[in-house]
Amino acid sequence: MEENLTVDRTRVPLGKEDFVSDQMVKWCPGCGDHAILSSLANVFPKIGYRKENFCVVSGIGCSSRFPYYVNTYGFHGIHGRANAIATGVKVSNPHLSVWVATGDGDSMAIGGNHFIHIIRRNVDINIMLFNNQIYGLTKGQYSPTSPMGSVTKTSPQGTIEHPFNPGELVLGAQGTFFARAVDTNPKLMTEIMFEAAKHDGTSVVEILQNCVIFNEGAHQVITSKDLRDEHQLILKNGEPMIFGKNKDKGLILRPHGLEIVTLGQYGITEQDLLVHDQYAQDPGIHLMLAKMTPPYFPIALGVIRSALFPTYDDLVEEQIKRSKVNAVIKNVDDLMNSGDTWEIK
Amino acid sequence: MSFKNKPLTLPEIIYNKFMTQKKNKVVTKEDVVVKFVGDSGDGMQLTGNLFSDTAALEGNDLANFPDYPAEIRGPHNTVAGVSGFQVHIGKRVYSSGDLCDVLVAMNPASLKANLKWAKKGGTIITDLDAYDEKAVEKSGYSSNPLEDNTLQGYNVIKAPITTLTKDALKHLNLDPKTAEKSRNMFALGMMYFMFNWKQEIAFDFFAKKFKKKPELIESNKIALQAGFNYAETVEAISVTYNVPAATLEKGRYRNISGNVATAWGFLAASERSGRPLFLGSYPITPATEILMELAKYKSLGAKVFQAEDEIAGICSAIGASFAGSMALTTTSGPGLSLKSEAIGLAVMTELPLVIVDVQRGGPSTGLPTKSEQSDLMQALFGRNGECPVLIIAASSPSDCFMSAYEIAKLSMEHMTPAILLTDGYIGQGSELFKIPKVADLAEIKPPIAEPNDPDYKPFKRNPKTLVRKWALPGTEGLRHRVGGLEKENITGNVSMNAENHQLMTELRYNKVMKIADHLPEQQIFGAAENDLLVVSWGGTFGAVHTAVEEMINEGKPVSHAHFKYIMPLPKNTESLLGKYKKIIVCELNAGQFVNYLRMNFPQYKYRQYNKIQGLPFNVSELKDAFNKIIKEK
Repeated sequence: MEENLTVDRTRVPLGKEDFVSDQMVKWCPGCGDHAILSSLANVFPKIGYRKENFCVVSGIGCSSRFPYYVNTYGFHGIHGRANAIATGVKVSNPHLSVWVATGDGDSMAIGGNHFIHIIRRNVDINIMLFNNQIYGLTKGQYSPTSPMGSVTKTSPQGTIEHPFNPGELVLGAQGTFFARAVDTNPKLMTEIMFEAAKHDGTSVVEILQNCVIFNEGAHQVITSKDLRDEHQLILKNGEPMIFGKNKDKGLILRPHGLEIVTLGQYGITEQDLLVHDQYAQDPGIHLMLAKMTPPYFPIALGVIRSALFPTYDDLVEEQIKRSKVNAVIKNVDDLMNSGDTWEIK
Repeated sequence: MSFKNKPLTLPEIIYNKFMTQKKNKVVTKEDVVVKFVGDSGDGMQLTGNLFSDTAALEGNDLANFPDYPAEIRGPHNTVAGVSGFQVHIGKRVYSSGDLCDVLVAMNPASLKANLKWAKKGGTIITDLDAYDEKAVEKSGYSSNPLEDNTLQGYNVIKAPITTLTKDALKHLNLDPKTAEKSRNMFALGMMYFMFNWKQEIAFDFFAKKFKKKPELIESNKIALQAGFNYAETVEAISVTYNVPAATLEKGRYRNISGNVATAWGFLAASERSGRPLFLGSYPITPATEILMELAKYKSLGAKVFQAEDEIAGICSAIGASFAGSMALTTTSGPGLSLKSEAIGLAVMTELPLVIVDVQRGGPSTGLPTKSEQSDLMQALFGRNGECPVLIIAASSPSDCFMSAYEIAKLSMEHMTPAILLTDGYIGQGSELFKIPKVADLAEIKPPIAEPNDPDYKPFKRNPKTLVRKWALPGTEGLRHRVGGLEKENITGNVSMNAENHQLMTELRYNKVMKIADHLPEQQIFGAAENDLLVVSWGGTFGAVHTAVEEMINEGKPVSHAHFKYIMPLPKNTESLLGKYKKIIVCELNAGQFVNYLRMNFPQYKYRQYNKIQGLPFNVSELKDAFNKIIKEK
């Protein structure tokens, strides 16, 4: 993949300390957000942009306190609007590397409209979607990603709503990049963030994050020691899709969809397994992967899709450049004196 | 009746000219009001615009009033589907006029809807072919108004416009619909004759407008000529008008609508300030023309983002402002409601941002295509928290240019969001505009922070103006965070401290109030001390000014203060109000500015004159109201 060429690169090497802010981090002890913050501070110096060219934008929610805790240009917006604000930042100054910190309430509920439209436009922005399946900052109400039947403070008898699968939503909105990470695996998260930064276009990284206070153990079926190997498929581009404690399970594509097979059984070998192609233009298999959920399937982690399409901000610049070439109207005086005018003497 | 469907031969033209001079009386008139009305698909807006452009090119001053229904094509031949365009031309005009001297009605429904706006004794031109039984019935007339005494007292010209247009275009072999669509140009041709105008002006217009459809250039040209020749040949038009050229300041002029002027004012402010223009907006009547106009000028670097909704419009603009653009969002009343929370965010982050509200009738969806001044209170107070913004109201279509320029300048220089109030009447209406030179406009100096400024603190302020610096992302040494949570003064860190909140609330308010130091004093038209002071604001300037001017000429003790700066008010407001025995505040709402004045200056007694019909003021109704007050002891 080509690296993003719009953003200016640093001339001096940077370290994690360049991005730590002087503000006290006020998330609950044990919150998954701490791991995300640490991953980001690790990945920013690696990306290699000038430190002044990072800009972190957020909406409202626990996740949205993020900008205060990284030493970059930062904007803490209003509920649901981070993606709209970030669009304005990036279109206004395409030399910035723009990051959005948002949650399942911020981007799936109140800001759902902006979320699908930023993706549809493919604005070159990296969205970190913290998904803890609960409203934490307002103390424990269900969110659009809470599984059906979740008992919360606003659903004492269990929710009766079908939850969103963010990956499905992203791909449905013609997303060009979707990856999934989990807060218990910071190494993978850092790698994914780096991939997101490299991708030209809207990158959505869903981070399965644990809210220790209001939704402890929401992702346990994926993260617990005894289940994780059976329930996580870590995707690597160009490699066959293998998972399981003994690395003996894999995915194959049947006419009716994906199927789990055991290597060695019925003569199945690695050759028969589906090989991951994150750069495929067609999102068909990416969608199947994004939709997999335990217990029937493992959950797909890593970069699910990273397809190259023109970005909105590049097209804006290109149109401006092109229209300047043969412009008759070169300044506002030209404009005001164009068309029908006359002199009164 | 002799009618020619081919261009006239030279001898015919000479003959006609000769006959014209003999037959027609040329009357010189200081001003004339013409209104074109028809079905909403009849092309009345185009006709009216072309009429006013021609008047301008012929040297007249003018003001327009487009009046059209909310539906794109209203039900055919009904009063609900009537679209109109009123033009007031003359030596010097300030409003689109009360009653019309000439009413061009393309069908019975439009006649029915507009007869009340025709001057008694005025001329009515109408299409005889449009009065079949069905159309008359649908219009709501119980019998054909051309045959009963409905039009008694008017000079009625019944022209078979449809038949004549079709005849004239026969040789082009157009489909009947296209041919019929040129009726409006036939009617316009008659008006060209009535005003002794050069048809070439229209021909040039057709050549530009229909560049890609040459058959329409020809058909419109022939229809216009046919109308002109018809009017010249028949004896119906007995009087033609000579409207003297405008008495205006020297300079270069053009005709401009308020929405286009608004867009251009911003382009000028962007060029003069060096800050690139960013507009985040969502289409809404009657503000959409600003978005469409700015979308044309990528060559001037304008970045125009059509957002997914009103909220994304303003939020993208706030993001762009943070990143260093001259940021704008444009809307009308319902959209302003949706943007309220985000305006608060811009107030809290102390970023420059201009919100344009082209007001329309409300509440809710209200009267989308009609004008009102009923968003004033929303602009002033329609947000959570103590949330002051700068507010300027433009007073006429051409004034939208300077208002846009000035509000962009003040918003950037004082680091505050600002609301520009215009309305559907001045936004879509047009008048003459004296073209300025960008270099002559006031300088714009946004307080941009220097790279690596060791003293930079996000909320450190200029002690005089209380303005903080604008530190643009990408600048070395100025990394900082802003957001919607309360800030600690100077550092900008999040603070829930009680005293700090009070201090910051006061600072934000005083910062806006101090803009008054940079505003001109409120001007008075008429005597500085008088019996009656007429107060108005925003888009009603034309009618109110005309009413007061006429009354002053009649020797009445009346003066006029028209407010453009709403928040803050000019510093001399309080003292000037004290110099009049009586004050009347006129506005197109239930009394919003008057209550704002009552709140600020409760020591005075205010009368009010309010109209909430979606229509502009008439000069005559204002004069009646003012005269009544003058007579009061």
